[in-house]
Amino acid sequence: MNAPVDPKKLIKGATGDWEVVIGMEIHAQVTSKSKLFSGASTAFGGEPNAHVSLVDAAMPGMLPVINEECVRQAVRTGLGLKAEINLRSVFDRKNYFYPDLPQGYQISQYKSPIVGEGEVLVDMPDGSQITVGIERLHLEQDAGKSLHDQHPTMSFVDLNRSGVALMEIVSKPDLRSAEEAKAYVTKLRTILRYLGTCDGDMEKGNLRADVNVSVRRPGDPFGTRCEIKNVNSIRFIGQAVETEARRQIGIIEDGGTIVQETRLFDPGKGETRSMRSKEEAHDYRYFPDPDLLPLEFDQAYVDDLAAHLPELPDAKKARFIAEYGLSPYDAGVLVAEREQADYFEAVAKGRDGKAAANWVINELFGRLNKEGLDIGASPVSAAQLGAIVDLIGEGTISGKIAKDLFEIVWTEGGDPRALVETRGMKQVTDTGAIEKAVDEVIAANPDKVQQALAKPTMLGWFVGQVMKQTGGKANPQAVNDLLKSKLGI
Amino acid sequence: MTDLTRLTLAEARDALKAKTVSATELTRAFVTAVEKARPLNAYVLETPEKALDMAKASDERIAKGSAGPLEGLPLGVKDLYATEGVRTTACSNILREFVPAYESTVTSQLWRDGAVMLGKLNNDEFAMGSSNETSAFGPAISPWRRPGSDAKLVPGGSSGGSSAAVAADLCLGATATDTGGSIRQPAAFTGTVGIKPTYGRCSRWGIVAFASSLDQAGPIAKTVRDNAILLRSMAGHDPKDTTSADLAVPDYEAAVGRSIKGMKIGIPKEYRVDGMSAEIEALWAKGVEWLREAGAEIVEVSLPHTRYALPAYYIVAPAEASSNLARYDGVRYGLRVPGKDIVEMYEKTRAAGFGKEVRRRIMIGTYVLSAGYYDAYYVRAQKIRTLIKRDFEEVYASGVDAILTPATPSPAFGVGEMGAADPVEMYLNDVFTVTVNMAGLPGLALPAGLSADGLPLGLQLIGRPFDEETLFSVGEVIEKAAGRFTAPGRWWA
Repeated sequence: MNAPVDPKKLIKGATGDWEVVIGMEIHAQVTSKSKLFSGASTAFGGEPNAHVSLVDAAMPGMLPVINEECVRQAVRTGLGLKAEINLRSVFDRKNYFYPDLPQGYQISQYKSPIVGEGEVLVDMPDGSQITVGIERLHLEQDAGKSLHDQHPTMSFVDLNRSGVALMEIVSKPDLRSAEEAKAYVTKLRTILRYLGTCDGDMEKGNLRADVNVSVRRPGDPFGTRCEIKNVNSIRFIGQAVETEARRQIGIIEDGGTIVQETRLFDPGKGETRSMRSKEEAHDYRYFPDPDLLPLEFDQAYVDDLAAHLPELPDAKKARFIAEYGLSPYDAGVLVAEREQADYFEAVAKGRDGKAAANWVINELFGRLNKEGLDIGASPVSAAQLGAIVDLIGEGTISGKIAKDLFEIVWTEGGDPRALVETRGMKQVTDTGAIEKAVDEVIAANPDKVQQALAKPTMLGWFVGQVMKQTGGKANPQAVNDLLKSKLGI
Repeated sequence: MTDLTRLTLAEARDALKAKTVSATELTRAFVTAVEKARPLNAYVLETPEKALDMAKASDERIAKGSAGPLEGLPLGVKDLYATEGVRTTACSNILREFVPAYESTVTSQLWRDGAVMLGKLNNDEFAMGSSNETSAFGPAISPWRRPGSDAKLVPGGSSGGSSAAVAADLCLGATATDTGGSIRQPAAFTGTVGIKPTYGRCSRWGIVAFASSLDQAGPIAKTVRDNAILLRSMAGHDPKDTTSADLAVPDYEAAVGRSIKGMKIGIPKEYRVDGMSAEIEALWAKGVEWLREAGAEIVEVSLPHTRYALPAYYIVAPAEASSNLARYDGVRYGLRVPGKDIVEMYEKTRAAGFGKEVRRRIMIGTYVLSAGYYDAYYVRAQKIRTLIKRDFEEVYASGVDAILTPATPSPAFGVGEMGAADPVEMYLNDVFTVTVNMAGLPGLALPAGLSADGLPLGLQLIGRPFDEETLFSVGEVIEKAAGRFTAPGRWWA
């Protein structure tokens, strides 16, 4: 509980330093075709109430039947979090009244979740690494949606989401800064996306966070926490933590005490505000759902799922470092999205890994970023980029020409090798032609020759002139060598 | 011409098969009887046109030689079963106008097998009651009367419409449900036969839920054989109900008439409750005698946790009910009483929609599940439930094939006579039956004699899990010895 405190993470208050303690409950929508307990579709964006079965609408006499795909996805996620898988778990009813909760209870898992303790390794931007404990993961139903803007006096209810499977992933209170909170959610999202168990789309609400924040003096026991509900972007998570920690510190430093409560983050106003106090908290009257038998499966089922898990980001990163000689930073960038990593591997296969990483990260990602495109929408395929890397490697084009070539492939498409031929972009290695250009430049600039003899770094100027003369196609090494020998420097 | 409505289900089936009567003739006789019997308030909805359409279709299938096992047999359906396109209310104002777009699994299997639906039968609101007096449609009335009296008697509950309809020849058999005794107590009160099958034997899909871990569908009919015939069609695994058992359904009728020689019948001493009337005591002794004469071995057994069953039941059942009935909130279907905001709408809707007994049980259930009381009530009740189950397991492990007990502590009482001052008085009706639900076992109730004031008294047989067949074999022995008990006259017609 009282691990050594990193002074860099502390928040300065008026009366001294404070440590912020954060735990998270992530609600991740399970990737599945149908809902947790009904056959209705989980497709996003249908007409209101288009994906509602009799079970989802809680018609009299309807019964839930567990969707095995959701169970499989939850177990796979548990394995990805290196967590304990519980071979027996129980579905409970969480009872409360709300118009978008048709049954009057949410089917969730309370005392016996499907997944127990696990951990997530999180890389911080400064290169350090933290381990965040996972307390549990359980399956539960999502609620519907109340629409308050459709009618002057009435609210409408859309049950399309009602009954969709969620995984609630609860972390231990292991996070100590907004940066760590953001990095944790980013990493968790990456793992879920690698596993294909949640698409991580926060804009659609398919991944959202309840953030528990408290502050304390370094070394003190935990302070009273407040829960900030339903934060739906990674940036907002960071802002919510900062804002809430500041608020709590302010209250304590003014002699007040923190009241345990549920709060909402308003990104527009940059503040959190009270939603309900502990006293107003619901009594959910949890009890085992008598409509469902305990969920049981055997170890062989788990082992089979484990054997077919894809390579996860930590393992991939380690392999990229070992296999391609990448820096941990570059490897980390590449594995952040599985599609990026796959693209990189397609480029790097049989080529120089570092060169491939440079081109993918600096040129491709830079350009994609500028255009706001995903890797999936890249106009330059891995095969095309690979060909460009090859052309450089074999000395057919220079690095500078390669950038031009990349631009042509990006905007016009085409086979890079053919483009180099048809557009005359081939690097000139014919020393005769280069020598001619060198001689011309030297002859035309006697004053510069004098300067260069006094100051050898002037060589660069001559190289530039020769490259200009040759349309950038001259082999830079050859130009260099010739200039040096002709100028005698 | 003989009165077709007096036939047993098996007799009617055989007559249809022999083509001495048509499904249409048979159905018409029942439609007429139902109309005349409105004073009994057994049906809350009559569906004569649907019945005659179904009968016509049955006659066509009989003519083609493709008759199902229940072809052309007119039945009544407890209003807890969802019937597609036919109003289904659970006899509650909150569902007063509710017409489901789906058919319960159990009734769909009856129609699959050729049965004809006469209408929907009265019951206690959401099956909560032991006299059918909590129904939003008013009480169903028993066809039985005390000799020389015209005081109205209850047909038991919650399946009071089912028992009254069967006893008054208003159908050949009826569907019913049993959460704490709601099939067996009404059967005992009306001289009819009813079986609550093993939990999981019949699908609960499409039956309005009361207490999910206890609810079970079953038939009420005139004879043991009729019960066996109906249960075969009603039972079976349903992928839509994960608590339904994936077991083959036996030919129950084949068990009727099977010898019980050498069977071991247990007599639980704990069922000899304080203040048990002499006539119930005598009835029980008579049952023992009949079984012994038929070659069964009678052994005294002990079910030590019996006396905790009723209080534990009245924690578990309301707890589940309080949650199951949360869906009736006025938002999507059923009654809605507007309010100034959502909370007031909930409160007004549920206050107007639910009757007093239902509200009482929702409050009890909410209380026993609430923080701070959960462990003291719900958790302890579940522990008792486990102990009750174990009691039975030990008895059956000792080689006992079935257990014989009285079905109810008393014969039928008058409408308005019981429970007005103290609801627990009414709850005591279930004292012999709730243990069976708590343990998930099958229980058969059948008439075995008349009380001093001429009303039917019933015995109960409790079986091993999924061994309904033994109950039918043993039940038929008692039925043969005791004879059938039919209401003395049709005072309503």
